[in-house]
Amino acid sequence: MRIFVPRESYEGENRVATTPSVVRELKKLGYEISIEEEAGKAANFSDISFIDAGASIVPTSVSSWQEADVILKVRGPGFNSALNREEIELLSEGQTLISFLWPAQNGDMLKVAEVRKINLIAMDCVPRISRAQKMDALSSMANIGGYRAIVEAAGQFGRFFTGQITAAGKIPPAKVLIIGAGVAGLAAIGAAKSMGAIVRAFDTRPEVKEQVESMDAEFLMLDFEEEGGGAGGYAKVMSEEFIKAEMELFAEQARDVDIIVTTALIPGKPAPKLITEEMVHSMRDGSVIVDLAAEQGGNCELTKPGEICKSKGVTIIGFTDLPSRLATQSSQLFATNLRHLISDMTPEKEGQLQFNFEDEVVRGSTVVHKGEIIWPAPPPKLSAAPKKKIEAPVVVPKEQPRNPWAQLIILFLGALALWVIGRVAPEAFMSHLTVFVLACFVGYQVIWNVTPALHTPLMSVTNAISGIIIIGAILQISSSSTITIILASVSVLIATINIAGGFLVTRRMLEMFRK
Amino acid sequence: MGSGILTASYIIAAIFFILSLSGLSHPETSRRGNFYGIIGMTVAIIATVASGEVTAYGLLIVVMLIGGGIGTFLARRVQMTEMPELVAILHSFVGLAAVFIGFASYLEGVDFTGVEKTIHDVEIYLGVLIGGVTFTGSVVAFGKLKGVIDGKPVLIPGRHWCNLVLGVLCVILGGYFIDATNVDNGTILLIVMTLIAFLFGVHMVMAIGGADMPVVVSMLNSYSGWAAAATGFMLSNDLLIVTGALVGSSGAILSYIMCKAMNRKFLAVIAGGFGTGSAGGAAIYEGEAIGQSATDTAESLKNADSVIIVPGYGMAVAQAQSVVNEITKRLRDSNKNVRFAIHPVAGRMPGHMNVLLAESRVPYDIVLEMDEINEDFSNTDVVLVIGANDIVNPSAQTEPDSPIAGMPVLEVWKATNVVVLKRSMASGYAGVDNPLFFKDNTRMLFGDAKESLGEVLRAL
Repeated sequence: MRIFVPRESYEGENRVATTPSVVRELKKLGYEISIEEEAGKAANFSDISFIDAGASIVPTSVSSWQEADVILKVRGPGFNSALNREEIELLSEGQTLISFLWPAQNGDMLKVAEVRKINLIAMDCVPRISRAQKMDALSSMANIGGYRAIVEAAGQFGRFFTGQITAAGKIPPAKVLIIGAGVAGLAAIGAAKSMGAIVRAFDTRPEVKEQVESMDAEFLMLDFEEEGGGAGGYAKVMSEEFIKAEMELFAEQARDVDIIVTTALIPGKPAPKLITEEMVHSMRDGSVIVDLAAEQGGNCELTKPGEICKSKGVTIIGFTDLPSRLATQSSQLFATNLRHLISDMTPEKEGQLQFNFEDEVVRGSTVVHKGEIIWPAPPPKLSAAPKKKIEAPVVVPKEQPRNPWAQLIILFLGALALWVIGRVAPEAFMSHLTVFVLACFVGYQVIWNVTPALHTPLMSVTNAISGIIIIGAILQISSSSTITIILASVSVLIATINIAGGFLVTRRMLEMFRK
Repeated sequence: MGSGILTASYIIAAIFFILSLSGLSHPETSRRGNFYGIIGMTVAIIATVASGEVTAYGLLIVVMLIGGGIGTFLARRVQMTEMPELVAILHSFVGLAAVFIGFASYLEGVDFTGVEKTIHDVEIYLGVLIGGVTFTGSVVAFGKLKGVIDGKPVLIPGRHWCNLVLGVLCVILGGYFIDATNVDNGTILLIVMTLIAFLFGVHMVMAIGGADMPVVVSMLNSYSGWAAAATGFMLSNDLLIVTGALVGSSGAILSYIMCKAMNRKFLAVIAGGFGTGSAGGAAIYEGEAIGQSATDTAESLKNADSVIIVPGYGMAVAQAQSVVNEITKRLRDSNKNVRFAIHPVAGRMPGHMNVLLAESRVPYDIVLEMDEINEDFSNTDVVLVIGANDIVNPSAQTEPDSPIAGMPVLEVWKATNVVVLKRSMASGYAGVDNPLFFKDNTRMLFGDAKESLGEVLRAL
């Protein structure tokens, strides 16, 4: 099958859907690859590097589109100004297009594809299950977006991120607040942290607290009981009381921090408005807000999607193309995500794309197949972050409530038994019993300290030590009775085997334990 | 040598034994611990031999040389995978010695009267009884571990009644034994009781299945200690009492740890019948286990940053530990975080896996216990399960009806990818199906562990 990678037609889009290293991998799966001339130029991949990787460069023409079986793109099909045609209309029956498609917002496109019997695979519909992480292009892009958000903020911010004490005075570190600790949020935390800022993060899902803290950032807690985790590891809409408490927290933080990065998105809904005009104006002059949700309307009331704007000394960055601003990196990650999906759909490595709908990932991401809209797919069975509910049926062994009296009674009976024995038994026996009981306790204390890794050596050494029984036999061997001598001799023999064998094998084992 | 010096020597020996056991608390001090044990034993034997009660030096030296020779030979030759067998057979020796010494002591006779005689007789009786059970129990355990005797539990109908009858019989015989007026009658009673004890030992271990072997081995370890302690009472020898108590409590604690690791009651294990394969109430899992080639396994290992290896009895059977070490080295050289997760009952003896890994020179600081590592599976890219089954079975947590419900297990399924090396889809010793094999993130690598891992190593 032939794969075609066109140049992105969307204005300002710098990414490309494949890279030379991925071309090599795709060829190994048995595909022919053709690439539109200068497709990778904006992402710094030259035509020559693609040719070196084994792809052929084809001119910008309608036939380039029509000769291919599979088309890889970053953005969904739009109006192609170079060809003066709608891209979706360049495709015909049996061709497959793989790209970001956002089927919920592009119903018309799906209908066209249905009529023209074009297969559509949406990278944004790859289910969020563990196995599909390697194909999760949304996470890849979010990661880049988060990183780039901090870079953009640093570009607009008039100060260092890190604190310094210099001859020219003390510089306090910048304080950064990240709202929404998803992939983008965590990437932003990492970037801001590594530039030396003080980073705080907030999220409605308490389970991400650990992840935030693992990045060495501070997790802001709301003193409020509500679970914010929805299906597929995404956030959900919260209750009014929760939002009120949340807004109070943001208002308080806005007065304190220098930079706010908002990444709060709820699938299928406009972005929640979290930063009000009032909060923006309460920030110090020179502060920066980066709104990663700008494309879905923005988390900040003053965000202008696609632009940088200033409001009373606070800069608000509403870029919607952050991944494209890091085109080399994002092309590489997106291309690799695509490659993983294609390789899963090409199990025989013979260059034939197969739609195996038993595979949850293929089923979930395919939105139109053989002239039929099959979106949305049934929800994935597994959540990305296992929720407490899933863990609920864990069988907790019931601790039987101990009767405090039972223990006392046992102690009492034990003491009584000892007392009875003490009444009748001779002095000598009692002293032996004392030794015995004390030795049991010593053994109990000592053995608990033995590390489990050494349990086998412990058994062989105690085995050797229990060969001490030889002493009994030694004392009997000088008897005058033949039977006693024979019995004692055999006992000495086997006890010696025990002692020698036990100690030597223990030594052999312990020699092996090394760092 | 005077009795004061003898007692002093015994105290020194006892101290050395305690130091020996406490030395085992860490691998670094463990070699010294073993050395202390040897010193203690040497002191005890020399002091006893020199005590003046011993005259038959020639016989003693010859017998000890022969015994020492056999012991050395066994210790040198044994394979690390055969350790459970060796330990089991050594236990049987202690048991047998206790029986013989008991008989010899009874035949020698002592001029006790009244209560003292009764107590002495009880001591002999108990020593022989425990020794006898230890002896045949260990022999059967040895046979089961060696594979000479079928590992499946042998359950005769009404076995609990059978045990009860044997127990009651022992008590009644004991009563007659104490009342016996002459040595001949007493000896006959003692022999009959010994035979019953032998039978009891065989029956007890025969009824216990393969999965419970770690408990059996550590329980017999405990018994051999109690046998030594009983002998000590019999001979009024404090050193024997102390040592026997140390060993006895050591074995008892190990048994307790093993039972806890399997979430089983000690009595239930001893009563036997586990692992019969007729596990009632276990869900049948439908689904397809997805196979994977060795090359693909190598590929996913190459792409992983963190790897956890979970070895089980299958690794010991296939003798795959050295290949495992090679793979570990290769992965660690490319800066991957490789660790081992050891379940307390993996293998056939407490600590079995640790010994095998140590033998193939896996550094012990990357070999971790279940509690230390169970949290980390969720942050792990690839888990290699080598010949383990029940200890990684998620139904222990999810199926309240499962026979292994509540048993602590390694939560391997939380990792991104799990590769299970197995010979076939057969169920483990507990006879329970394992839903792990049907999970989305699990791949099966079928075949002999050593061969499969060899291929993986070549592909790395």
